[in-house]
Amino acid sequence: MEIAVISGKGGTGKSAVSAAFATLNENVVLADCDVDAANLYLIFNPVIREENVFVSGQKAIIDKDICTNCGICMDYCRFDAITENNGEILIDETSCDGCQLCARVCPVEAISMIKEDKSRLYAGDFRNGKMAYGRLSPGEENSGRLVDVVRDKAKELAIASAIDMIIIDGPPGIGCPVISSVTGVDRVVVVTEPTLSGLHDLKRTLEVTSNFNIKTQVLVNKYDLNETMTDNIEAYCGEQGIAVTGKIPFDPQVVEAMVHCQSIVEYAPDSEVAHVISKAFEVI
Amino acid sequence: MERMGLKIAIASGKGGTGKTFVSTNLFNVLMQESVPVTLVDCDAEEPNDREFIPGDNTNSFDVTQEVPVIDTATCTFCGKCAEYCQYNAIFFLQEERVIQVMEDLCHGCGACFVACEYRAITPKESVLGTVNSFQITENTTLIEARMKVGVHSPVPVVKAAIKQAKPTDLVLMDAPPGTSCPFIQTVNLADYVILVTEPTPFGLSDLKQSVETLKSMGKRYGVIINRAGLGDEGVFNYLEQEKISLLMSIPFDREIASVYSTGKLLTNEFLEWKAKFRELFNIITAQYGNSSY
Repeated sequence: MEIAVISGKGGTGKSAVSAAFATLNENVVLADCDVDAANLYLIFNPVIREENVFVSGQKAIIDKDICTNCGICMDYCRFDAITENNGEILIDETSCDGCQLCARVCPVEAISMIKEDKSRLYAGDFRNGKMAYGRLSPGEENSGRLVDVVRDKAKELAIASAIDMIIIDGPPGIGCPVISSVTGVDRVVVVTEPTLSGLHDLKRTLEVTSNFNIKTQVLVNKYDLNETMTDNIEAYCGEQGIAVTGKIPFDPQVVEAMVHCQSIVEYAPDSEVAHVISKAFEVI
Repeated sequence: MERMGLKIAIASGKGGTGKTFVSTNLFNVLMQESVPVTLVDCDAEEPNDREFIPGDNTNSFDVTQEVPVIDTATCTFCGKCAEYCQYNAIFFLQEERVIQVMEDLCHGCGACFVACEYRAITPKESVLGTVNSFQITENTTLIEARMKVGVHSPVPVVKAAIKQAKPTDLVLMDAPPGTSCPFIQTVNLADYVILVTEPTPFGLSDLKQSVETLKSMGKRYGVIINRAGLGDEGVFNYLEQEKISLLMSIPFDREIASVYSTGKLLTNEFLEWKAKFRELFNIITAQYGNSSY
């Protein structure tokens, strides 16, 4: 069974919930798919058994010795990545999308493509099973392909170790990496918070999960910081036919647990937060 | 004295640290002093600034890209377009004579149009999102980038939104989270970057990654710590060691959280915070070496 924890809005407590889920059961595979800001390894300090290079894309570079500064490539580039400065043609690495069209149209073959190979996939053991996570190198495109690779690795680890539970900690937002994180999973848990932004982002997130017809449930974190807004979230979910399976109170122990490299169920097993999260997990 | 344009990006590696909170409050104090300022909400996946800053929607336009339409009657099924496509957006089976465009994967680079020797491919506009402008007061504007649900990347919409801001203006950019492409595209255009973080091991880990990225880009930056009092000393120690400017420290406070949660601005509710955000802007302009504001 694959469970994905996502949030739309960042900082709602998605990773804290994933970490709690991962420590409720003996033996799970934990897949940290927030490849742009992978953090769960900080709590679980996994023993890395495997490190693989992930090629996220490619970038064009110009060989100045060959380039005649004719500017044809500049006319074809749709990403405004090629500019002319005092008669010299330059490629802006940041804007280059790696489509390779400039290299194809260059009459003197002055442009070549180099691989972006600084991103990594890691796999290893942690105290409750196996763990896979990705680290996207800054500036590289978060296309969702690294998320796919992390999920494939998690499945491989699950089969090899006969573990039937995979917990996916997804990225924030609603773009490609999120879609890659939830496609084909058995259950999505959306963690939100009782703020106007939280509700707004929840709506956009539920639009994504309903497009994919995935069984979805919602957890409201820090619900007591604004109970009126929590009611609004519950009302909205009710209209959409989506269950709110837990309301987690604000508790500084959640952050303290993180500081101590533990999940809340490890750090404060008798806290209400731990109870609410355990119950939500039982529902699944 | 002619005012120079100044672009300030408000960014964070980790999501939910308070970028929108800082952006909207900074905008608010400048607006109240009649400073001409434009706020661009670059978090196109989840734009929220407009919920804090009411104004009339004065202009909206779609951001589109050209996707290919293949005329299968003209197509010779040579496969050159599929070979040119770096995004696997053209599904092609030569023997079965099947060719299909996967619009979701297309980046609009135009390579397939160049590839086709038989004029079988024509362009079609596909909507990636919208840019919405809101007039807040006479000389202040909010520009929102809003990506369409299901689109592969927010970058084209973000770029189009930033282009709407006049280069001579003071521009605040509420950046997307993370350090990948959308973040880089936003901060690349900034003269100064405010990194918002929280004092936790997660916050510290993401802050370090953001700082390394900004260093490699040669950007000026400073840090705001939000929800101080929760967590540990890690972020504070890191800033001291690396001699990074701590611009502001916002304590964790149920009252602040409650003000934010209802879509209100802290700088409208508490005078002391109005003064603190004004001071924040003074520190930044002093660091940037432009004190004409």
